[in-house]
Amino acid sequence: MITENTIADFIYREAELLDTMQWQAWLDLFHPEGHYWMPLEWQQQDPVLQPSLMYEDLLLLKVRVERLAGERTFSQKPKSRCHHLLQAPRIVACDAVAGVFKARTSYIYTETRGDMLERYSGWASHEIVQVGDTLKIKLKRVDLVNFDAPFGNIQLFM
Amino acid sequence: MTKYGSNAHAIAALVREAEVHRDVYVDPEIFELEMEHLFPNSWVYVGHASQLSKPGDFITANIGRQPVLASRHTDGSIHVFYNRCPHKGVKIASEPCGNTGKFFRCPYHAWSFKTDGSLLAIPLKKGYEGTGFGDTQANEGLSKVKNVVIYRDFIFARLNDNGVSFEDYFGESLSTIDNMVDRSPEGKLAVMATPIRYMHTCNWKMLVENQTDTCHPMVAHESSAGTAVKVWKREQGDATETPMAVQLYGPFMSPYEFYEQSGIRIWPNGHGHTGVANSIHSNYSDVPGYLDQMVAAYGEKRAHEILGEVRHNTVYFPNIMVKGAVQILRNFIPIAVDRTLVESWVYRLVGAPDKLYERALMYNRFINAPTSIVGHDDLEMYERAQEGLKSNGNQWINLRRLYDGNEEQDVTAVINGTSERQMRNQFHAWAKFMTMDMDKHVEAAE
Ligand code: FES
Ligand SMILES: [Fe+2]
Repeated sequence: MITENTIADFIYREAELLDTMQWQAWLDLFHPEGHYWMPLEWQQQDPVLQPSLMYEDLLLLKVRVERLAGERTFSQKPKSRCHHLLQAPRIVACDAVAGVFKARTSYIYTETRGDMLERYSGWASHEIVQVGDTLKIKLKRVDLVNFDAPFGNIQLFM
Repeated sequence: MTKYGSNAHAIAALVREAEVHRDVYVDPEIFELEMEHLFPNSWVYVGHASQLSKPGDFITANIGRQPVLASRHTDGSIHVFYNRCPHKGVKIASEPCGNTGKFFRCPYHAWSFKTDGSLLAIPLKKGYEGTGFGDTQANEGLSKVKNVVIYRDFIFARLNDNGVSFEDYFGESLSTIDNMVDRSPEGKLAVMATPIRYMHTCNWKMLVENQTDTCHPMVAHESSAGTAVKVWKREQGDATETPMAVQLYGPFMSPYEFYEQSGIRIWPNGHGHTGVANSIHSNYSDVPGYLDQMVAAYGEKRAHEILGEVRHNTVYFPNIMVKGAVQILRNFIPIAVDRTLVESWVYRLVGAPDKLYERALMYNRFINAPTSIVGHDDLEMYERAQEGLKSNGNQWINLRRLYDGNEEQDVTAVINGTSERQMRNQFHAWAKFMTMDMDKHVEAAE
């Protein structure tokens, strides 16, 4: 039985996988049709006909993950690391019968590489579905509070 | 004592036939001189008229270091001003864009200005009676940028009163803008979205040069485009169609021969473009219905002509790049000698299918965003160059690839696509526009 606690635990686990760089395990959390989305506009509705910072399906996420370990991935010499500080997720929908699970999580994210350390704040919105007895991410949407700021490289996942 | 200030000879000496001194990228004084001379002497992109669709609409921008403001007046005309109140200098508009209504109102003491910049009202106006205010520059309202040309909705301005005319400055190079606009069945582009912004900790010219550097993609982008191709090969299963994403990434990995043959065309005043015979944009799959629309609008022959032109990157000297085949303009905005703000704008082809806009937006976030893996490859190289150039081991940057010894300057020519001639072309223009209003100072000093 999926409860609100199960959903919250799932979200903490996801962040932990990113923070510990278990990229493959992180990819495994995604539904085959899952997407990772970082909008570029306030309360953006459309990832396709409005500009986004990222809107990637599983294939593209795999490319990113594979690239991180690449022999000639010069922007990862030295490697980046990240840290997620999550607020308790607010469970927006938890309907096991309909298979609808949604949560919104406020967070502070830190990405570091060499002597550089950048900090970002935002909200992650998860749409999660049940597949057999596991949960899968259908959509992870990342809204930065300063989505319109000119950032330097953001190389990992928020 | 300054090393370069107003010394045209010292500045010109930084650019040799096929080498450039590192100071052009790392010396803060050179950067200040660029702000003072190069940008005001050049025609600089301010914005697109579609961003000013209604009277009262305005956008703000910088030309070099100077803040400017463009607005649509009630009679439909577009004006460009210095973004500064004639009273005490407060910036009139602080947002990137907006609508000011019938007039601009300064937030400090409420002087107000019509949308053509003229002074509309001052509170307690009688305090100025008999003070000679009528003879001051303030009485004229917002200071106008006099040299403004709107070419097919692209707004360009030159700050210096004297200089090369718009037509002489751009000449034939405007054909890239023409082609991008002609790709709309209605011959019209529209800005519908905010740009992607990306902060680069390097000198702005490194980005400009990179636009026609065709010897780096297969090397620097092996990590991103190469991985994309590799993962797709492995995962494609029995897919019959290559996804749009892979179509966009794949051509970056083309071999040297591809870039050699695709060619570079140079034009006078530092402009030039890669992708003459073909380009990385040549083989995207067709968007259903689009060709029919184009044929209906332009006729069979012309429609094919327009769509057959697939230029890769066109550099408009000094600091924009236009990618006609995917409707993108990148503006390399200099902030400091080692800091550049990149704004990547996408234009919508008015009347064309959504799919084309989708592709343009996708290209923009794949290649030009702070979250773009291709962008990461490039920025890493610029940052390493900005660091490496501090080395005293060799103070010159080598641009000798396919240099033939008697290159003529300020000509139009089509050359081997892996030549560094377009970079030499840019540096020739750089020296020319840096020093063109300096000679008199030099003579005065001599
Ligand atoms: S500074 Fe603008 S009204 Fe005084
Ligand atoms: Fe590149």
